[in-house]
Amino acid sequence: MNAQRLIFLVPVVAFIVLVACLGVGLTRDPSVLPSALIDRPAPDFVLTDIKGRNGPGFSTADLRQGRVSVVNVFASWCLPCRAEHPVINRLATMGIADVYGLNYKDADSDARAWLAQLGDSYTAVGADRSGRVVIDWGFYGVPETFIVDGRGVVRYRHVGPLTNDLLRTTIVPVIEALSS
Amino acid sequence: MIVEFGHLALVMALCLSLAQAFFPLVGAARGILPWMRFAGPAAVAQFVCVAASFACLTHAFVVSDFSVALVYVNSHTDKPLIYRFSGVWGNHEGSLLLWIMILTAFGCAVALFGRNLPPTLKARVLGVQSLIATGFYLFSLLTSNPFARLFPPPLNGRDLNPLLQDPGLAIHPPMLYLGYVGFSMAFSFAIAALLEGRVDAAWGRWVRPWTLAAWGFLTGGIALGSWWAYYELGWGGWWFWDPVENASFIPWLAGTALLHSATIVEKRDTLKGWTIFLAIVTFSLSLLGTFLVRSGVLTSVHAFATDPARGVFILALLVVVIGGSLILFAWKGPALRNTGVFQPVSREGSLLFNNLMMTTAAATVLLGTLYPLFLDALNAGKISVGPPFFNQTFIPLMVPMILAMAIGPMLGWKRADLWAALHKLRLALVVAPVAVVLGWVAHGAGSLPGLLGFGLAGWLGAACLIEFAHRIKPGHRSLGASLRRMARLPRANWGMTLGHLGLAIAIAGMAGAGGWKIEAFQSMKPGDSLTVGPYTYTFEGVVEGTGPNYFYTRGSFSVEDRDGRPFATLEPENRRYPVRAMPTTEAAIHTTWRGDLYAVLGGPDGNEGAYVTRLYWNPLVVWMWFGAGLMSFGALVGLTDRRYRVGVPTRRHRGRVVSAQPAE
Repeated sequence: MNAQRLIFLVPVVAFIVLVACLGVGLTRDPSVLPSALIDRPAPDFVLTDIKGRNGPGFSTADLRQGRVSVVNVFASWCLPCRAEHPVINRLATMGIADVYGLNYKDADSDARAWLAQLGDSYTAVGADRSGRVVIDWGFYGVPETFIVDGRGVVRYRHVGPLTNDLLRTTIVPVIEALSS
Repeated sequence: MIVEFGHLALVMALCLSLAQAFFPLVGAARGILPWMRFAGPAAVAQFVCVAASFACLTHAFVVSDFSVALVYVNSHTDKPLIYRFSGVWGNHEGSLLLWIMILTAFGCAVALFGRNLPPTLKARVLGVQSLIATGFYLFSLLTSNPFARLFPPPLNGRDLNPLLQDPGLAIHPPMLYLGYVGFSMAFSFAIAALLEGRVDAAWGRWVRPWTLAAWGFLTGGIALGSWWAYYELGWGGWWFWDPVENASFIPWLAGTALLHSATIVEKRDTLKGWTIFLAIVTFSLSLLGTFLVRSGVLTSVHAFATDPARGVFILALLVVVIGGSLILFAWKGPALRNTGVFQPVSREGSLLFNNLMMTTAAATVLLGTLYPLFLDALNAGKISVGPPFFNQTFIPLMVPMILAMAIGPMLGWKRADLWAALHKLRLALVVAPVAVVLGWVAHGAGSLPGLLGFGLAGWLGAACLIEFAHRIKPGHRSLGASLRRMARLPRANWGMTLGHLGLAIAIAGMAGAGGWKIEAFQSMKPGDSLTVGPYTYTFEGVVEGTGPNYFYTRGSFSVEDRDGRPFATLEPENRRYPVRAMPTTEAAIHTTWRGDLYAVLGGPDGNEGAYVTRLYWNPLVVWMWFGAGLMSFGALVGLTDRRYRVGVPTRRHRGRVVSAQPAE
């Protein structure tokens, strides 16, 4: 086999590598992959609120008050966040858990406008402007939602937008199991 | 009953596709003419079946037949008629059916218009096309049946996602699919040529119009998608380097390269292996785009409905189609002989440079899109690749490309004189800095990339006009002679000039909108005024109301220009769709050629009737859409070139001889 023939084989080899990665990617569907943090304490952090929202900010201490918490990572530039936000608001009005917001790599004014438009039902919001805190959570991409038990231990993780179906079939049962 | 008929028609199309793949391909290999001839009528029949199936599904949507699961999930009796139509493809199952319908429509078009193709080539093209269709019929029928029933039928549906209830998005998917699927023709021609073991100038000429059509549609589809994001998402942005946007942009880059390299095959009979490779890659990237969008491997703004189970099927389809064709290429490709010789400074040299830049850009964007996936597969951690990566890698690649793009058309085939070409372009060398200065004066010195963009746009735009002027030579002849020459100019030349000019205009738009956007975010009480860019906005308050399937709050801004004269009234809306409990923003946009006035209404802010408002000044945005439209139009004009209709005499003659002989 001469050199010219080998060149023609390069695309085949490249494609095999691509398929292998895509195949692995499929098995690791990000929304079901458990986080390395599952059943471990939430990472330590202290974040201030979005400028102009005038809340107290959000820190690890908030997660250790005995109540089940939901931590929702969102950003104003993320369309699925926009799609899931009514679901978050619905979850907050149920009152079965405190719903916290982690605002990921966002401009304060954008985040504020976004919440003003779609409704702000978060108990508290932390602005993670550099994205450092969220990375400690083993974050994959916005939107992403964690459920934390009353002692501050991460118990469940969902990547991608929440839907009403998910809320009914998974999120609410998980919260209720942790609350009892 | 009608629904079952649609289902049955799809199954019949599957049976036809198996026959259309088997008989023509075997017939072409064995030289059995009636078997080859079967391809034409079968392709037409396949299209008729799929179109009937699609019509049945559309009927179910229009009459709101909620016993069909798909209609229940995506429609509602209150939904306006146009969105009942667009709801057909506003979901996975229906859009797949649209994909298949367009695929068979292209096959049908080859059967009807490809009369001057040699019979073996035509049979092979249609056979390969049908093989692709077989894979997609199976995908649709086995994993995403659009006709699945629901019992008992619910009283009303769950409505279409409100973000998708929009006229722009009603036509965006069909356009995009016409582009994606259109590249399947170039692919089928490439595979057929490999099977034939022969690629020549005639092949280049046959494959070009199909590529050009697909490219024109894809350009339009991408522009429409960007336009939708611009006015519907309410953030004044028009490109986000999102995985799904990239999924349509990567095939566009590869398709642009293919369009230009097919020219080299046609004119110079060389670069054959590369062109075949590009044809395979372009369609492969279209399929990969489908996979990325539908499988949920990447999280994205478009990832509303994804399903990993379907991902496995598409991945298998990718392996068969792309893997099979690449292996065929590795086996047969080395035998392709190039006859032409190559000079670096020549028309073909410049086209090759375009190819290098376009494919590098496509590879870069592909890498950026898939990089998080690779890292994850290697257990190297999870990251996201954002717009900064794409801007920093993509723009530096495009700058030399555009500089060369102005010179390429001035060079002759085979061997050219670079200095003579630059001498002809001396006017463009003046126009480029003038454009920079004009941009500076109009918008201020704020953005260096923006000024660079104006310079490039001026350089390319002027060069296109100079090249066109050289073809019709005004001044050397009477005006009438020039006009006659212009009228007789091949449509392909018109197409090129319009396409390149469109890009120059679009670049100016991107430079303006990217470099000098002004945004203001604040709370406004009725009567408050604010100056954003060249205009002053006064908030007049809001009214509440009810639309066909939503409630709205409509704000009103009266806008005055610098001299205090009334200029426009902007009425942005805030809509709530009760069925999906989802709000959307309807930005109010007033377009002028200098820029867009863009207003968004947020929620109420505390007391005294104040509202959160966002006001933007987006300079030159309309130039982007106009430029993209011109590029699409250029493709359309190029398609009407008579050379494509007449075909190539020598090979057609040979084809006739073969067809006149009885089968053995």
